[in-house]
Amino acid sequence: MILPAGLNAYLVVAALLLVIGIFGIFLNRKNVIVIMMSIELILLAANLNFVAFSGALHDMAGQVFTMFVLAVAAAEAAVGLAIVVVYFRNRGSIEVEDVTLMKG
Amino acid sequence: MISTIFFYLFSAILLSSACMVVAARNPVHSVLFLILCFLNAAALFVMAGAEFLAMVLVIVYVGAVAVLFLFVVMMLDVDFIALREGFQRYMPLGLIVGLILMAEVGLTVGGFEFAGVGHGDRATLMPPGSTDASALGNLIYTHYAYVFELSGLLLLIAMIGAIVLTLTERTPARRQDISRQHARSVPGTLTMVKAELGAGVTLPEPCEREIV
Repeated sequence: MILPAGLNAYLVVAALLLVIGIFGIFLNRKNVIVIMMSIELILLAANLNFVAFSGALHDMAGQVFTMFVLAVAAAEAAVGLAIVVVYFRNRGSIEVEDVTLMKG
Repeated sequence: MISTIFFYLFSAILLSSACMVVAARNPVHSVLFLILCFLNAAALFVMAGAEFLAMVLVIVYVGAVAVLFLFVVMMLDVDFIALREGFQRYMPLGLIVGLILMAEVGLTVGGFEFAGVGHGDRATLMPPGSTDASALGNLIYTHYAYVFELSGLLLLIAMIGAIVLTLTERTPARRQDISRQHARSVPGTLTMVKAELGAGVTLPEPCEREIV
């Protein structure tokens, strides 16, 4: 075990980070950009768990998976921000409650 | 001992800056706190033995993704004060959901036990004496090669998608059109006018002026 404060400390930190991220989604119900930042926090919590278990078990699979999670999160941020920019160009607002274009 | 102190220091900064990301009034401050968050998470990664991923986190996340967020926040001229109304209204619901989730995660983390998978059963053990980057490289180019290619493909698709979404055709732009240049002829563009002495010239109707 090379973790400085033990596996459980890492798990507690990651769990708190996850809860803060979900709390942020509820708190900023209108601002898409802050919601996307909260999603980044949630993914970071997942990555922290993967890395902590990888260190505790001396198993590289967790780190490999973390890399894939990073790739997916980067792709998600790029496409999501592109959608936000296009939506702002069309409607002049990024309020989540205004997004009703597809309701018909 | 000293590493334990640093672990708690980094996790305290990580969690408090995460709180600030969520609660900051100005989204630009949120992005800056997100950067601080990623830096501290990278420090925690280093302490868990994942040096390569920590550097990837710093370079890719702080260098690219967070700056992308910063660009978008500063580019959009949004009334961010109006976006914050309802902040107090959603606070209790968020707190309740957060506390329930926290309790569930606490029960799960508090009660788990390893299944007792032996070291020999795992295919991806960290080879002793090798660095983190080389061990990771040995895995992703052999055992996980197809998944690695697939994640590259995913990034390519995301890049194409983002470009296609945000690309707008600008109509007043003048572009070179080779076939139009080749189709030009002398009678269509040039008129010979005989100028009489002292009388000046009256120019004929200008034909369609082409800018090529």
